[in-house]
Amino acid sequence: MKRDELLGRVLGSGSPELTCEQCFEELDRYVELAVAGERADERVPGMRAHLEGCPACAEDFDSLRDLVAAEQER
Amino acid sequence: MATALMTTPTRTSTDHAPREWVERLRADAPHRAAAVAELHELLLKAARFEVGRRAAEARHLRGGDLEDLAQQAAGDALVAVLGKLDQFRGESRFTTWAYKFALLEAAVKVRRRAWQGREIPLEEEAWGTLADPAAGADRGAEQAELFAALREEIERSLGPRQREVLVAVALNDVPIDVLAERLGSTRGALYKNLHDARRKLRQALAARGFSSVAGEEE
Repeated sequence: MKRDELLGRVLGSGSPELTCEQCFEELDRYVELAVAGERADERVPGMRAHLEGCPACAEDFDSLRDLVAAEQER
Repeated sequence: MATALMTTPTRTSTDHAPREWVERLRADAPHRAAAVAELHELLLKAARFEVGRRAAEARHLRGGDLEDLAQQAAGDALVAVLGKLDQFRGESRFTTWAYKFALLEAAVKVRRRAWQGREIPLEEEAWGTLADPAAGADRGAEQAELFAALREEIERSLGPRQREVLVAVALNDVPIDVLAERLGSTRGALYKNLHDARRKLRQALAARGFSSVAGEEE
């Protein structure tokens, strides 16, 4: 692991962020905004910082985004 | 109705379809059983999607085991969705809202199954990574000092639970849900430990003159 990556993992971004509970609550709205190419990070402040800091929530986001995007392609 | 929902890329304030799902699923709805069955199918599809993308994490599981996990996840998600109908705010399509419960249940089940019987690394490997001088050989003296200070502050500034979560999750790639199960805690509670640990470390390092690591929160 590179030291920059290691530092990021240990110290996080330092930006204000949502909690895991708030992240889950906002996840569906955030995903639909992201898939639609709308300004998801502006509309749901603190989500991006949380996804960068929490690997589990980031995986939940990836999965929901991919599932929703796949359905819209059909 | 479900088809119409699926093909609507974004909703407007005049789109009431998500609320129709809620009405059809209410305990006193006339054809509730059919709506519940339809919802279960959607949740099972989402659970299979998630289990499928995570199958590599649990290589020892056979196809039947994976299908069992998907079925369990869909069942648990159905209970969660029906229990939280009143919390659906209509800010996304109903299916997107419901899917997240199935994806979460499936992901947690696969992660836990993948780690079943495995010991959680809480110490040595992480210290080894931080202590390895070769990892920062190209970074100069300043970063070497930063890492030395970071190691000291992990020992000195953090409480035992904060250190445990930081080392397991941030350094050793232990899934937070797996750690939560072992410690009898929750993802949210452990992430708060991690978040607090990170803030303490940034503050401690900034106080020692490493101003580049101070965050906006401080």
